[in-house]
Amino acid sequence: MPLSAKKLKVGDSHSEKVVENLHRTQLVMYSGASGDYNPLHSDEVFATQVAGYPSVFAHGMLSMGLTGKMLTNYVGDGRLTKYGVRFSTQVWPGDDLTATATVEAIREEGGKHYADFAVSTKNQKGQEVINGYASARVDP
Amino acid sequence: MAEKKFPVEATHIMMFARSVGDENPVYYDEDYAKKTESGGIIAPPTFAQASAQFEPNFVLRPQVGKPWMGSGKTPTGTPPKPKTEGEKKEGGGGGGGLHAEQHFEYHRPLRPGDVLSVTILPGKKWEKEGKRSGKLKFSETISEYRDQKGELVITARGVGVVTERVVEQK
Repeated sequence: MPLSAKKLKVGDSHSEKVVENLHRTQLVMYSGASGDYNPLHSDEVFATQVAGYPSVFAHGMLSMGLTGKMLTNYVGDGRLTKYGVRFSTQVWPGDDLTATATVEAIREEGGKHYADFAVSTKNQKGQEVINGYASARVDP
Repeated sequence: MAEKKFPVEATHIMMFARSVGDENPVYYDEDYAKKTESGGIIAPPTFAQASAQFEPNFVLRPQVGKPWMGSGKTPTGTPPKPKTEGEKKEGGGGGGGLHAEQHFEYHRPLRPGDVLSVTILPGKKWEKEGKRSGKLKFSETISEYRDQKGELVITARGVGVVTERVVEQK
């Protein structure tokens, strides 16, 4: 169900747990589908022994994709007009991520209605892994 | 400026949606999708990033006959970069840098059957001193996705960062 400008209020928010106990296999799936085969995300030997990280870690774009699922579930399919993020902390196998969108503005432009959101995704320790924004077309 | 073709296919959309843990049938079930506002299968919001599959010499994809940085007989298939004077152990550098930011502007959703032309434009470059990883070198890339009619459908702006050393964990 798309959102309606009449029913939305600044400060309204929607949260979803977008992944629980992130598996290394999910990172492999993302590598295969996206075409980003950086071994930092799938090759534990390379990630630990060559690059010096504690283990493989998630593609930033996987966290953005997982967060995108929360957004489309909230605003409806094909409704986003903007979506942008900053990656603030790496995401590791075993992490749980909760993504939240909060309404910042509801506006009308050229007879169409839009809502602007602040986007934040946090891990199980409460650290922000993604900080961003989104805009979507909403019903009147 | 570089340009590549990006054909959007239903199976690729299905695989991509699975890879971001999204089981919404609008990404794979045509019968379901036809009855929704979308009127057919569409791609999830970050799908444009999968255009990397169509970049002929994408540096993050192994290619037959060429050395690959990932492990095989040895932990890496490529010799470490020579260290410049005073350079500490290089972190994300081993994997070609890290992704710092990504921004999308959408004019319409992508659909199977679209054949996009992607124009890649260089953006700004800047440096910053990081608390957890030393000097950070940022660089921006702008990708414009146009459809078969020449209409702009997505503008993407990515920011990559190369860190001086491995990012310290909190």
